[in-house]
Amino acid sequence: MVLIIAESQKGQFKKSAFEAVTYGYKTAQAMGSTCAALVLGEAANAGDLGKYGAGAVYQITDAALQQFDSQVYTAAIAEAVKQLGADVVVLNHSSTGKSLLGRLAARLHAGSVAGVNTVPTVSGGFRVKKSVFSGKAIAEYEVNSPVKVLSLTGNAIQPEVVGAAVSVSALQVSLPAPKVKVKEVIREEGHVPLPEAELVVSAGRGMKGPENWGIVEELAGVLGATTACSRPVADVGWRPHHEHVGQTGIAIRPNLYIAIGISGAIQHLAGVNNSKTIVVINKDPEAPFFKAADYGVQGDLFEVVPKLTAAFRRFKEQQ
Amino acid sequence: MKLLVCVSKTPDTTSRIAFSSDGAQFDANGVQYIMNPYDEWYALVRALELKEAHGGTVTLINVGTESNDQVIRKGLAIGADNAVRVNCDPQSSLFVAKQIAEYARKENFDIVFCGKETIDYNSSEVGAMVAEFLDLPYVSFASKLDVSGQTATAARDIEGGTEMVEVELPLVVSAAKGMAEQRIPNMQGIMMAKRKPLDVIDPVPFDELSTPVQYTLPPAKKTVQLFNADQMDELVRLLHEEAKVI
Ligand SMILES: Cc1cc2nc3c(=O)[nH]c(=O)nc-3n(C[C@H](O)[C@H](O)[C@H](O)COP(=O)(O)OP(=O)(O)OC[C@H]3O[C@@H](n4cnc5c(N)ncnc54)[C@H](O)[C@@H]3O)c2cc1C
Ligand SMILES: Nc1ncnc2c1ncn2[C@@H]1O[C@H](COP(=O)(O)O)[C@@H](O)[C@H]1O
Repeated sequence: MVLIIAESQKGQFKKSAFEAVTYGYKTAQAMGSTCAALVLGEAANAGDLGKYGAGAVYQITDAALQQFDSQVYTAAIAEAVKQLGADVVVLNHSSTGKSLLGRLAARLHAGSVAGVNTVPTVSGGFRVKKSVFSGKAIAEYEVNSPVKVLSLTGNAIQPEVVGAAVSVSALQVSLPAPKVKVKEVIREEGHVPLPEAELVVSAGRGMKGPENWGIVEELAGVLGATTACSRPVADVGWRPHHEHVGQTGIAIRPNLYIAIGISGAIQHLAGVNNSKTIVVINKDPEAPFFKAADYGVQGDLFEVVPKLTAAFRRFKEQQ
Repeated sequence: MKLLVCVSKTPDTTSRIAFSSDGAQFDANGVQYIMNPYDEWYALVRALELKEAHGGTVTLINVGTESNDQVIRKGLAIGADNAVRVNCDPQSSLFVAKQIAEYARKENFDIVFCGKETIDYNSSEVGAMVAEFLDLPYVSFASKLDVSGQTATAARDIEGGTEMVEVELPLVVSAAKGMAEQRIPNMQGIMMAKRKPLDVIDPVPFDELSTPVQYTLPPAKKTVQLFNADQMDELVRLLHEEAKVI
């Protein structure tokens, strides 16, 4: 059985949960097996995971799961794996999933692959691929343990409805008391966090100063995109650190990445070159970013960006 | 405080990436190696700061071959007291973590530091694995870490925000940007590093359960389509109809 761990936040599933179920469903098909979903803690409409291909949905609602402690969550998943006889476990490659993948591998003596982006192939061994060396190569792994654990890169696969909602069964497990106490969770409300964003508008040193960011925010606003920035811009404090993308910042893979006044240094590309489509706006025709771009606009960003915003606005009005 | 910092070696991002002609092996020819930035800039420096504030020792551990000694010596030059290298050529994170855990178990460290991830494989697994092998709490992606008495407080990076946590020592922590500021080794550090102990130990037997077997290069990007400022409606149309991203 392929068991996927469906992540929720404040009782609501994230899109990544549906991506994981679709991935689990396709993996189960490839293996001639079944797919089930496990929900940890409270979540509304857990049975809906059936629509994306979970043949069964299990839920553990223990008070110890109210806050995140990787030891407690690992105990819960490991117990479910045993009770259900799962042989492939799929997590999201998110802050939660990454904190659990390694623990589960060690606990279950399972081979692991972190950040997979393709459905495994099973003829001639269990093999699955991931992007490595900052997107400069693809590595295929072979996993040869009876139990396997994978974490799925965000936005690598789109959720597909293949069935109907199913009923939810409660699983009883005994869990250790949490040792990590969560004191406070501080979240920027109102926009999609960068690692989960499908549309990203990013700007760099070409902006000249923080006072000019209005045109970037306006473009992002019209698109419903999340804003990002290059490292020097975060380092000098023009933009907050959580916007910094690249090798030493956040790695993202949105559907659309618009880079404004960013030269496209290799360390920047390391975090963004898995984006599906890249648009680069730069006045220097020699800017290295154009080589990594699908669409390029050569021109002064102070002229181009407002024109692009206006064009998106016209497009939205026609929709 | 007894502190252990796990350090790994990665190709510099600017290195050209190539493979053997059958794609089975990474080709290290001409690759410039560095210490993984999360290990060097954040984990190691924060460990040194905690030692400076509370006393104790900072030990480095690496699981790898002799060619890693250069990176380990750099860590000693930055200020670690001693180092251990588990002599082998590991294929998987689980193998690496097993070796680190076996060593750490005997030494009773208060904190085991890892980097958030290595910048070549971006796995982010080793810290969690070491924590599980040692049955210790794990605080991942910490952008701040403070210790007072036996209690550690940390800020964790989570999607779209920060989680503030508190936990008793001992623990395993993975270091993210913000935990410390990079330190450049000085001449004295580099001289002293040559005399600091770097013990080489044998690995414990452990199966490789997951191994990279084939490398390929991604399909080449098709050449960029160029526009000027007055062609924005055309660009938007293509984003909708051709790229299908809006
Ligand atoms: C170890 C290491 C790690 C790093 N990690 C990261 C990382 O994670 N993320 C990251 O971003 N960087 C990282 N860097 C830094 C990286 O090498 C570059 O220095 C950085 O990305 C450059 O930022 P930028 O493109 O905003 O600025 P610049 O390189 O200064 O580029 C500005 C661009 O704006 C264009 N421009 C200027 N004015 C206009 C205008 N009016 N209209 C249109 N275009 C204009 C210019 O032509 C230029 O191409 C790292 C560096 C190192 C050494
Ligand atoms: N071979 C190794 N030896 C020692 N520490 C390692 C090794 N590989 C990874 N690590 C540590 O584990 C962290 C996360 O690595 P990874 O799980 O491979 O992304 C790194 O930042 C290091 O601190």
